[in-house]
Amino acid sequence: MNLNATLLGELIAFAVFVLFCMKFVWPPLINAIEARQKKIADGLAASDRAEKDLALAQDKAKDQLKDAKAQAADIIEQAKKREAKMLDEAVHKANAERENILAIGRAELEAERNRLREELRKQVAALAVAGAEKILQRSIDEAAHSDILEKLVQEL
Amino acid sequence: MAAGEELTLSSHIQHHLTNAKMCTVDGSVAFNKACSEAGFWTWHVDTLAWSIGLGLLFLWIFRSAATKATTGVPGKFQCFIEMVVELVATNVKDTYHGKSKLIAPLALTIFVWVFLMNLMDLIPVDFLPAFAGFVGEQALGMDSQDVYMKIVPTTDINLTAALAIGVFILMIGYSIRIKGVLGFIKELTLHPFSSKNVPLQIILIPANLLLETIALVAKPFSLALRLFGNLYAGEMIFILIGAVGLAQLPLHFVWAVFHILVIVLQAFVFMMLTIVYLSMASSDNH
Repeated sequence: MNLNATLLGELIAFAVFVLFCMKFVWPPLINAIEARQKKIADGLAASDRAEKDLALAQDKAKDQLKDAKAQAADIIEQAKKREAKMLDEAVHKANAERENILAIGRAELEAERNRLREELRKQVAALAVAGAEKILQRSIDEAAHSDILEKLVQEL
Repeated sequence: MAAGEELTLSSHIQHHLTNAKMCTVDGSVAFNKACSEAGFWTWHVDTLAWSIGLGLLFLWIFRSAATKATTGVPGKFQCFIEMVVELVATNVKDTYHGKSKLIAPLALTIFVWVFLMNLMDLIPVDFLPAFAGFVGEQALGMDSQDVYMKIVPTTDINLTAALAIGVFILMIGYSIRIKGVLGFIKELTLHPFSSKNVPLQIILIPANLLLETIALVAKPFSLALRLFGNLYAGEMIFILIGAVGLAQLPLHFVWAVFHILVIVLQAFVFMMLTIVYLSMASSDNH
């Protein structure tokens, strides 16, 4: 063994290397590693949470879909009922209208018939008077015999 | 084999196992063989240059990853660096239970630096020394036999001892910081033999001190010598394989494949033992 001054030189070099490594090499590397480990752990936890959330959301969506379907069926049912009711009402209304219109028509018809009958009667009376005049040849005084004529008209 | 060849072979091996030295003789800078009398104040320039160069390479690679580090999706380079960091961080977390800002970067530095230095062992043994010899001959006009270049810094006991001494200083520092000076002295003197009888305990102190001191000092010794021994032996075998002609090709391949395991393992073992020793130094329960 020949130990010599090289040992001192190496000792100093060793100390300097270790100090440099301690100050400038180790901390940034280990910090980067630990920060990444934390990131990955957080990411994994977040993905777990997201999975749970997804399952929950799916359940919720299923429930909501069920509710919506039930509601839709309800609404359709109601609509059908209302439709039937409205149809019924419309039929009733139309019937009433028809009756109304028919009644008015009948009344008008009646009035017209009455009017026509009256007119006919008057004309017949006039004809009768004219016929009688012709028969009696001015012998009848219209004024004097108006009562007879009235009676005649009434009998027609 | 003739005597001359043997001499050539052994000098070849000797040449490979000699560091490039630098020292001051009589106030002027001298190199290599001129330094044989310089004693302690000799510098192994190749060990220093390669180890510091590789250390800077390590810091540069990891620093460039650190500045570009993103908490988002990492690139391939960042992934690779983070794998190494993660490996070290996991081992530190599993072994060292206290809180320390130093242990993990220390472990990372040791692991990667020692690994890179060990990795030099896989470069064919003659390449760089021969290249250095060529450069020395052409540029400096030296005899290529006088240019030494040992490229694996961990085969130099000075480097492994420096690492171990660094760890040893930290061990004592952590012991004193966690347990206090008194606690540290108590640990050295009142275990493993303890007694509630005070006079008996006092008698036992020398034995305890001896055992605990040996146990304490054995740690840096084993650290330094394990790494040095493994790599030195591996390097020696590479050199021997390099000396057997064409047969070296399959042999070299097999030994290199095996050595890939050794260099990673030795770096890892050095790192782990550092963590364990520091963990023991900072734990109170004896």
